[in-house]
Amino acid sequence: MKVGVLSLQGDVREHVSALIACGINPIEVRTGSELAEVDALVLPGGESTTIAQLSEIFGIFEPIKQRIAAGMPVYGSCAGMILLADSILDAKQGQKTFGGLDITVRRNAFGRQVDSFETDLIFDDGSSDLIKAVFIRAPWVEKVGAGVKVLAVVDSHPVAVRSTTLLATSFHPELTADHRIHRYFIEEVAKPALEKVQ
Amino acid sequence: MSEVKGTGRVKRGMAEMLKGGVIMDVVNAEQAKIAEDAGAVAVMALERVPADIRAQGGVARMSDPDMIEKIQAAVSIPVMAKARIGHFVEAKVLQSLGVDYIDESEVLTPADYENHIDKWEFTVPFVCGATNLGEALRRINEGAAMIRSKGEAGTGDVSNAMQHMRKIGGEIRRLSSKREDELYVAAKELQAPYELVKEVAHNGKLPVVLFTAGGIATPADAALMMSMGADGVFIGSGIFKSGNPAQRAAACVKATTFWQDAKVVADASRGLGEAMVGINVADLPVPHRLADRGW
Repeated sequence: MKVGVLSLQGDVREHVSALIACGINPIEVRTGSELAEVDALVLPGGESTTIAQLSEIFGIFEPIKQRIAAGMPVYGSCAGMILLADSILDAKQGQKTFGGLDITVRRNAFGRQVDSFETDLIFDDGSSDLIKAVFIRAPWVEKVGAGVKVLAVVDSHPVAVRSTTLLATSFHPELTADHRIHRYFIEEVAKPALEKVQ
Repeated sequence: MSEVKGTGRVKRGMAEMLKGGVIMDVVNAEQAKIAEDAGAVAVMALERVPADIRAQGGVARMSDPDMIEKIQAAVSIPVMAKARIGHFVEAKVLQSLGVDYIDESEVLTPADYENHIDKWEFTVPFVCGATNLGEALRRINEGAAMIRSKGEAGTGDVSNAMQHMRKIGGEIRRLSSKREDELYVAAKELQAPYELVKEVAHNGKLPVVLFTAGGIATPADAALMMSMGADGVFIGSGIFKSGNPAQRAAACVKATTFWQDAKVVADASRGLGEAMVGINVADLPVPHRLADRGW
């Protein structure tokens, strides 16, 4: 399986390292031809407005949107969650997302940087071990559509959700040495989705 | 489930999210919106851009809280603000306003010519300037969660930023080639804590994100800094002191992402109109050089 990391802006390096630790040799995706090479994609943390804008300028906004609609498995952390959401609140005027995940996300919902925090969470992947979650100017999920499962919550707000092919977290597992979420994406989201297609 | 704010990981992590991006100096809400629309990853709210501080002289201080709040209300991206070197009360004021990052900046007039702010005391993260590795590590030791090379702010002359990036990069490469038992003396020579020196020697990079600043005025300048190993770029006077700020801002964002592709940088450089006029750093009398502030 070839996994790409959208490498226009943000913490690309950390996602690349996490994927390597999971035995994947990721491709940095900046162009349409690089996108065409990958079976699955990771959208990093960063500024969702900047990433969306650069995607449009360099002509991969529509191709990514279409690949997602056609069933490409995607994992997005923080800005990546915003980019996967069908609908966003507190957005910049006219801010676009790739969409595909039937959720409504509130940007910077936990507040500004002074409110950023880390905590230990239960992540619903069958393990009862807590996971270290780092929230940075993080969004939360305000509304979840049918077919979307909530995997983790903070103060009753969903902060990790999935559909059949898409996974999104408000927090940044790539900033910790625990690669459970990346492994979950590869094993429990991407692999089953790709096997179904074949 | 206890939530802990202001940890090292949360502060340094915030800077990781800015990587590959451009942070722009803005003096009002209108400029902040132009910067956000152009794809800036954050804005630096200040009353006067460095070029004007230079031209007008006088003591440069923290900005008016009203002005910072207007900018915070105008954009959804992070808002940074500058405090004077050593002025921990300005820093507390900025923290209480909820700015996302504080720049303890040599562009403002220093409040303390011996000590920098003890940045561990704060929940808000700090970025500090450095001209060499020792200075960068002293700032990190005081709690800085992000470093930027200083350059010479407000000149539009990229030569000092280049010099500082080469210096920091060169010193890191030299450390990495040293034997373990040579790192004690290296720490002495760098005037930096041994633990940090050892960490840099082992990892071949700073423990925090390294941006570049000071004198960057064109898309090619931004791409040059990225090729020197910068994680991202601060552009101060370069954008809003030029002929067509919106277009130049967007062009610098493009060149920062696609710095390896000369064709993209070429396209971004087309028809931008007049760049800021600029001052050659060599023509600046030494006492007027901002990069020498901080120690």
